[in-house]
Amino acid sequence: MARRVLLIEDEPNIIEAVSFILSRDGWTVHTHSDGASAAERVRAHPPDLVILDAMLPGRSGYDILQELRDAEETRGIPVMMLTARGQARDRELALSLGATHFMTKPFSNAEVLDRVRALAGG
Amino acid sequence: MAEPSSRRMLAGGRIRARRLDAGMAQAELARQVGISPSYLNLIEHDRRRIGGRLLNALARALDLEPAQIAEGAGGARVERLSAAALARGRPTSDAEAFASRFPDWAALVETQAEMIETLKAQVAGLSDRLAHDPELSASLHQVITAATAIRSTASILAGNEALDRDWQARFHRNIHAESLRLAESSRRLAGYLEAPGEGDGAGVAALSPLDQVEAALDRLGHHVPALEGPNPAMSPEEVAKGVAGLDEAAQDILTVWLRTYRADAAALPVETVARGWRETPEPLALASRLGCALPRLLRRLATLPPGAGPARAGLVTSDAGGALGPRRALDGLTLQRGAVACPLWPIYEALSQPGRPLRALAMMPGETASAALCYAVSTIEAGPEWISPPRMVAVMLMLPSDTAPAETTRRAVGPGCSLCPRDNCPARREPSLLPTPSRML
Repeated sequence: MARRVLLIEDEPNIIEAVSFILSRDGWTVHTHSDGASAAERVRAHPPDLVILDAMLPGRSGYDILQELRDAEETRGIPVMMLTARGQARDRELALSLGATHFMTKPFSNAEVLDRVRALAGG
Repeated sequence: MAEPSSRRMLAGGRIRARRLDAGMAQAELARQVGISPSYLNLIEHDRRRIGGRLLNALARALDLEPAQIAEGAGGARVERLSAAALARGRPTSDAEAFASRFPDWAALVETQAEMIETLKAQVAGLSDRLAHDPELSASLHQVITAATAIRSTASILAGNEALDRDWQARFHRNIHAESLRLAESSRRLAGYLEAPGEGDGAGVAALSPLDQVEAALDRLGHHVPALEGPNPAMSPEEVAKGVAGLDEAAQDILTVWLRTYRADAAALPVETVARGWRETPEPLALASRLGCALPRLLRRLATLPPGAGPARAGLVTSDAGGALGPRRALDGLTLQRGAVACPLWPIYEALSQPGRPLRALAMMPGETASAALCYAVSTIEAGPEWISPPRMVAVMLMLPSDTAPAETTRRAVGPGCSLCPRDNCPARREPSLLPTPSRML
């Protein structure tokens, strides 16, 4: 059965590109664009990996990450954070909140693919 | 015996050092100034004092000013060179010798040290701006997001020979759209960073979107007749599109502002508020009399046509993060945006006490400085869904200080810690760049 990735990102063209490369690699990709309801989406349909953008409408990715880590049913899901802010303090914040990996934009498709495979055991 | 940390060179030593640097033999220098080599030797070892004609002659022969021999390098220059050396972990003991022997090089080092400190301060200021300027941060985010989409999409096109035509067309369209966004956001960012006076002729490129909106609202007098009445002539979107000199982001911001304006105007018609204000010129009492929410009335009082409400009014809104919306200044007085504002303004106190109305006479520092009668309140708005986080907004109306009731609490406020000269402020977070009274003593 194909491994499932939930991409929580609000930029349509980034969604399309990342979904394309992951789908071609055999992943089932679901997407979610609204920060306010993202955590609920993860709880309702737990994926094998979450790719989470830091800046989302309705709620920040860091808040969502914290909620996922606070809940027992979502604590163990690997989360890769994507952010346009690549300073050390942003990385430290993401990792301190429980991000499994932190990647800055712009990223390379190959790097995303490698990391998804490593985190979700693909 | 160890040398003292700051050995002071005497006149003889300076003469000798300069002579050696010039590659001049002792005999030659002695001949030029008309003394014997042995006498010069005594002078160079500070066993004979010199002055007057001989000092001048030696100075001429060594291409120095007499004072440079007699006193050495100026104390101030030596101090600056020592500070520059210390800043880089270098020993300072030879600062005077260096300044005396190589005055031109010492001047160059001094100038470059000053330039380094200036640049460091500018970089620190820019870094701080990135951290604290939400508009700059948002513009950069747009640029990076567009670049990310282009990179990712282009990589797919470049690496995928088996890509079918539909996907190719789709990705080409995406790249095109993102390249347009990148171009626009880059242009806007460059314009925002440009100095005032540069940019296009309308000055749009030099103003941030919020600045553009504020300028537009100032031109309109913060009153929009087209949105008044039970059947307004235009929609907020149409009004925003018709305002000249706004880029797309500014139009978006103005549209949101105008939607709120329209809702306020529908709930509180001009005639109702004007009549109420004439009879009850106090916001809290008037809100109770009109049966309306205080935040709505405060906004409305700042957007009435001339003669319909307070003679002059200012308005500031803030979200929970301290980000200010479009401002209306009261006689030039308003809160700073982008920089770290003074937390003592009532609007920030209101954020910590939702629903509680606050009134204070806010007084800026200085004997002739401005003051404003402030009414502030914050509200919590529910999100669109059950799990949505609430949104807090604070509103502060500013009226002329001479309208303040006698019993109004006075509150000392400022322009932000870095520019505030107040001494002993309990809310001070960082030293002021301006001299405070205690520093001037």
